[in-house]
Amino acid sequence: MTPMQKLLQLPVNAVNMVKTVQSQVQGFQEEAKSPVLTPDGGQQTWYNALQPDELRQLRSAGGGGLGGGGGAGDQEERAPLEEGGGITSGQTQLLRHDDLKEMLDSNKDSLKLEAMKRIVAMIARGKNASDLFPAVVKNVACKNIEVKKLVYVYLVRYAEEQQDLALLSISTFQRGLKDPNQLIRASALRVLSSIRVTIIVPIMMLAIKEAASDMSPYVRKTAAHAIPKLYSLDPEQKDQLIEVIEKLLADKTTLVAGSVVMAFEEVCPERIDLIHKNYRKLCNLLIDVEEWGQVVIINMLTRYARTQFLNPNVNESLLEEGGGGGEKTFYGSEEEDEEDVEDKETKVEAAAMAKRKPYVMDPDHRLLLRNTKPLLQSRNAAVVMAVAQLYFHLAPKAEVGVIAKALVRLLRSHSEVQFVVLQNVATMTIKRRGMFEPYLKSFYIRSTDPTQIKVLKLEVLTNLANETNISTILREFQTYIKSMDKDFVAATIQAIGRCATNIGEVRDTCLNGLVQLLSNRDELVVAESVVVIKKLLQMQPEKHSDIIKHMAKLTDNIQVPMARASILWLIGEYCEHVPKIAPDVLRKMAKSFTNEEDIVKLQIINLAAKLYLTNSKQTKLLTQYVLNLAKYDQNYDIRDRARFIRQLIVPTDKSGALSKYAKKLFLALKPAPILESPFKDRDHFQLGSLSHLLNAKTGGYQELPDWPESAPDPSVRNVEVKESVPEWTKCSSREKRKEKKVEKPFYSDSEGESGPTESADSESDSASGSESGSGSEESGSGSESEESEDGSESEADEEDEEEEKEKKKKKKRASIKPVQQSESEQSSEEEEERNSGKKSKQRKSDSESESESDEEDSESESSQSEAESEDSESEAEVKKKKKVWGKRTDPVTPAKPTCKPAKKEGKKEKKEMSLLDLDDFEPAPSPQVTPVSTFLSNSLVTDLEGLSLTDSVLAPATIAPSSAMKSYELLHRITGEGLSVEYCFSRQPFSPDPHMVAVQVQFTNSAGSEAKNLHMEETKLQSGMRVKEFPEIEVLPAGETATVVMGIDFCDSTQAANFQLCTHTRKFFVSIQPPVGELMTPAFMTENEFKKEQGQLMGMNEITERLKLGDRCQSDHAIVQRVAAAANLSRVPCGSDKECRFAGRTVTSGSLVLVTVATREEGAAQLTVNCEKMVIGTMLVKDVLLALTQ
Amino acid sequence: MIHSLFLINHSGDIFLEKHWKSVVSRSVCDYFFEARENAGSPENVPPVLQTPHHYLISIYRDRLFFLSAVQTEVPPLFVIEFLHRVAEMFQDYFGECSEVVIKDNVVIVYELLEEMLDNGFPLATESNVLKEMIRPPTILRSVVNTLTGGSYIGETLPMGQLSTIPWRRSGVKYTNNEAYFDVIEEIDAILDKSGTTVFAEIQGVIEACIKLSGMPDLTLSFMNPRLLDDVSFHPCVRFKRWESERVLSFIPPDGNFTLMTYHVSTQNLVAIPVYVKQSIGFFESGSCGRLDLTVGPKQTMGKTVEGMMITIHMPTAVLSANLTATQGSHTYNPITKVLVWDVGKLNPQKLPNLRGSLSLQSGAPKPEENPSLNINLKIQQLAISGIKVNRLDMYGEKYKPFKGVKYVTKAGRFQVRT
Repeated sequence: MTPMQKLLQLPVNAVNMVKTVQSQVQGFQEEAKSPVLTPDGGQQTWYNALQPDELRQLRSAGGGGLGGGGGAGDQEERAPLEEGGGITSGQTQLLRHDDLKEMLDSNKDSLKLEAMKRIVAMIARGKNASDLFPAVVKNVACKNIEVKKLVYVYLVRYAEEQQDLALLSISTFQRGLKDPNQLIRASALRVLSSIRVTIIVPIMMLAIKEAASDMSPYVRKTAAHAIPKLYSLDPEQKDQLIEVIEKLLADKTTLVAGSVVMAFEEVCPERIDLIHKNYRKLCNLLIDVEEWGQVVIINMLTRYARTQFLNPNVNESLLEEGGGGGEKTFYGSEEEDEEDVEDKETKVEAAAMAKRKPYVMDPDHRLLLRNTKPLLQSRNAAVVMAVAQLYFHLAPKAEVGVIAKALVRLLRSHSEVQFVVLQNVATMTIKRRGMFEPYLKSFYIRSTDPTQIKVLKLEVLTNLANETNISTILREFQTYIKSMDKDFVAATIQAIGRCATNIGEVRDTCLNGLVQLLSNRDELVVAESVVVIKKLLQMQPEKHSDIIKHMAKLTDNIQVPMARASILWLIGEYCEHVPKIAPDVLRKMAKSFTNEEDIVKLQIINLAAKLYLTNSKQTKLLTQYVLNLAKYDQNYDIRDRARFIRQLIVPTDKSGALSKYAKKLFLALKPAPILESPFKDRDHFQLGSLSHLLNAKTGGYQELPDWPESAPDPSVRNVEVKESVPEWTKCSSREKRKEKKVEKPFYSDSEGESGPTESADSESDSASGSESGSGSEESGSGSESEESEDGSESEADEEDEEEEKEKKKKKKRASIKPVQQSESEQSSEEEEERNSGKKSKQRKSDSESESESDEEDSESESSQSEAESEDSESEAEVKKKKKVWGKRTDPVTPAKPTCKPAKKEGKKEKKEMSLLDLDDFEPAPSPQVTPVSTFLSNSLVTDLEGLSLTDSVLAPATIAPSSAMKSYELLHRITGEGLSVEYCFSRQPFSPDPHMVAVQVQFTNSAGSEAKNLHMEETKLQSGMRVKEFPEIEVLPAGETATVVMGIDFCDSTQAANFQLCTHTRKFFVSIQPPVGELMTPAFMTENEFKKEQGQLMGMNEITERLKLGDRCQSDHAIVQRVAAAANLSRVPCGSDKECRFAGRTVTSGSLVLVTVATREEGAAQLTVNCEKMVIGTMLVKDVLLALTQ
Repeated sequence: MIHSLFLINHSGDIFLEKHWKSVVSRSVCDYFFEARENAGSPENVPPVLQTPHHYLISIYRDRLFFLSAVQTEVPPLFVIEFLHRVAEMFQDYFGECSEVVIKDNVVIVYELLEEMLDNGFPLATESNVLKEMIRPPTILRSVVNTLTGGSYIGETLPMGQLSTIPWRRSGVKYTNNEAYFDVIEEIDAILDKSGTTVFAEIQGVIEACIKLSGMPDLTLSFMNPRLLDDVSFHPCVRFKRWESERVLSFIPPDGNFTLMTYHVSTQNLVAIPVYVKQSIGFFESGSCGRLDLTVGPKQTMGKTVEGMMITIHMPTAVLSANLTATQGSHTYNPITKVLVWDVGKLNPQKLPNLRGSLSLQSGAPKPEENPSLNINLKIQQLAISGIKVNRLDMYGEKYKPFKGVKYVTKAGRFQVRT
């Protein structure tokens, strides 16, 4: 017995049951045969009434002796039909079905098969075979697979109508669900869930739940398919079904993914939160999912991305909208003193600030775009379209172009595919014309295209027309006008009209061409031309009175109502251009008035009214005649119009005040119509959807949401290691919480590359918050999430506190109980190792599941990780941005608890080093703070002084006070085994390369022995960054100090430069990260120059912030000092003493940075930064703000 | 998703219906029939129609309408693509897709439809998988079946659905292992009256016929892959390999399939293999016109042009044509107004010519437009773009397969405006 045969074996008693039922039914049928018996529905519940259409079928078939159903229940309905000898036909019908029944009851499989085939053929033709149900259902137990399969077909078709009998088959399927063979389990579930019988809902639910955790992915796939079936049967099960969906969404096989997303879309498309955790997995699996699943997943992910990511084109749209008037709303005018106004204003400012933030794409957003792109090469048009719409809706403008080629390819496909694709292309071309311009010729029309395709291609061509290609397009149109397909010609004429309105240069050419068409022999063509010419003339009527005259003559010939109406309207509207012809036209029209169509009649009345107003002498009688005719017209609109116009234009004593204005009313200047594409604004529907095609919302359509104002927390997509959760909830100390963060595996890293990311991240923050070390930053964000802050001041305070705490902690770590400390560190280290082990295990399992899908996958994996490294950079930027965002705009929202794996790495490194240091019990000295001034050569000071002497008054302020020159630790002496390294930004121009920032590095050898060959190696840099290494220090004797200068080109970013510091024995990984203020050099300019430059850096390039000056920096001098400390700028002379101005240029690109601090009463001030580089600008604002408020 | 499917023949009879959810009354088709009436020709029926309760998405193929009813939002291309897949499957199973064949095999058709969709969502659309479950009818098998009472249903369980390469049947065995590739290129072009090219491009497709045992892993490489501008692949092709190495690496389905389609980059000038000298004119009076066509080879790379055929859709006023051809045969169908001139092989020494007069309906105005000529041709052993298959390697199996590549150039949508 093959496994297939095992499926669906009815238990013996079930067969018996069927038999008894069967005999009963036969009994009924015998009764039904008796014409005397009137059926009274009672016991015949299983015979549902025939559906009306089936009845119709029966009627049509009835004559031929195929009475259809023949069951007892439909006798009543068939009554009218059976009047003429219907009974006999009914009887033959029954007899015929009887032989089928006999065959089904026989022992021979071949007979059964034959019967089933005939029954299925009946079903296929739409004939009713429901009365055979009892006879068929017992064959569920048949051993022959083919019979069984056909029985399934029958069952699924009729079970809904014969619920009670269908129940008899259930137990067979239930047994099938337990079969060891996965295919049998799956097929049992499939049939079971397809039987639409409400009573088995609980059984189905149970079966689905079990199947959802089946070993076999195929069974799980079937379970996913069963979900929407159950949902449509009983929507009340939704909650339970969502649980199953959630579970299946977590499935890692490609087989399940498409089906479960389909179920998700049908049952709970609004539960977008279920996707978070599976987002990355879905993206990665996508390419291996079967085609149909890909379509569903891509469509769903488009919607998801719209809710989770920021608009990649936000800056552009801002530019488009902004233009000139933008600034006035953003920048507060000084008069507004009231607090609430101010509040509002700051909010507006904040929002504006937010908008102006440079956009950095979320790595998950990028992941989606990257992983869908190959699918543009799919053979399946639906997949290509799905990717195309995804790119259209989600990709940055510059990247959308890739879809054009693929869409153009689809134009080679079947005409239905062309139809849909062209509709979508038409919508796209309105928004993004450039994208399809290179493919203009692919939209050229062939005479063999179906009309609907021609019209759509025409639409696309029209949308693509611009000044450069219009001549080619018009030439093309000229061939089209000669086409035999008149609908198409009409559409072409309209298209010409639209080109003419859109492109001024060719308006006259088009008009001339259209006028020529007026002499065309085909009336439709002429009529269409008239309508279009009318619209065009409205734009500049003065120039074209001869055309109007020409058209007036056409009234004799043209019969198409719309065209006649258009001509009459034109003559009426511009009657002063054709004063002699107009009355004559009216005369002719009055003659034929009664024979005209309604729209023409209305225009005749209009023409009469207008002429009466302008030329009453000639047309008074005519007008009255027309109005009289209209008064007795059959159409009430025309009667009404005539009455209305008579009152308005013919002055009587009763006529009201309005008639005075009649002329104004009728001869008002009318705006020229705008000829718009019917595809305009269709893109608010998701492209490729049915709703888009019909331009109407269809049932079950999920709106494509607008981009969010601010990106929701991206960390929701991080996949956590579940087991670790309870452990963490116990943690209370801050340190541990930190570690928890560390714990979370972050999707995109493969260890090595995250290093730079994280340090860049942390340091950028330290730059802004004058915090030191990466840890403090972290705790900073942690505290933000707990305590709601409301104001930048308190924030700053807190950061201060944080810093202090951090320092204390550090000290502790360094000096107090070093042993214990290191022990705890060790334990935490162990823990970490464990967790990372877990993580890697998880990762492994991930890759395992993916490697199922053959080697192709592993290939993609590896290349993906490669690609990811590119992304890490932007990732860091995103985070940075988010942080700024959180602080500025929405202090209430907790700062994003983004997990930073990178951070972890950094820390681990540190810890590892301290582990190595375990036996170093010697109490660490407090961190050495070497005064920078010591290695700031005197000559430099004088140099600087000399430079700034342009304005002697300001001279002292331009020199950065030495105390402000902060030094940062590069290598601690403990980790460096006695070698400690510090660096500071000397603010000297770096002579070998002016585009580099000079970094002064001081080595102090506090170890017992001398250090040799100090040099650097293996610089790991972000793209574009460069480093000029310092000359090797050959020997550094114990206790000695040496200073060298190196140059780094940071590319105007605050990304860290990572490199290895090597001695003759050891290598240390270190990184240098510049505060934003160090990325610039002072620039000297006059007040006028300053104002001029500032004027050019308005709008998006300007950031304004209000602040309250700290107690100790009320004076001018203090302000200058603080600003100069925060950023390497020079002061610009200024006439007013209420303002301090500073100028500088970024080191690499030389973009201007202008800072203005305007003081007000009582310590209030306004800080304005103008900088072309918005990132630099925003960060600088933060830094300066901090410096001034402390 | 897809609720129901109706197959409708050319005269408007519904000859098959299949429902995947509850039954949709076939009266929904009335809306379709109405649209069909309004559209004139069947190609002009809008593929998507809105009715009060359903949306009807249809395709027209092989003189049949495949009409599906859906109730909720669904990407229209999804349904259209699927319906075409169904039609292709019929073609694959029965050799043709026609009403007669479908009616003859109604049970198999029904079983196929049952397997292809589950609850309206595509389930198994790979021909290899389906053929494991439902065997295609062959003459031999039908004879055997009638004698033994055997069935078309596969005895074994279809394992293909479970594997990660669902397109390939498992346990394939051949005594002769062969792999054939047909590189077919089609020239799409529009030439204007004077014979200059308005628009021309080359679309290519590689059809494969693979009869290899076991699980072969094939790699096909080209001499000049740079020519290929835009490509689309059968799902079996590994996209990453293509991206990085420009080779096609794949585990093929068993039997015939389309491996890839491509578009040759537009920078390359397209060689137009033939030229047509034409003069078609209608006289202002006398209700007649004349026609004079001469075709000749142009850039054929030394190969012979075969199967040359010119189709002209005449204006409706043309009643009959009185023509003589120096070569080939010509027919004019006065009902469809289509003139077909089957030239056959093109001989450069003696250029084929067709000339004569056209008679128009008396009293009808002179047609404005000259009809455009649609050209069909075939050139064996030539890929007009110059693409060449370099080599085919097989991994994973030990035997040595027989390999073959064939090139053909055809005219695609090749139109000459007059």
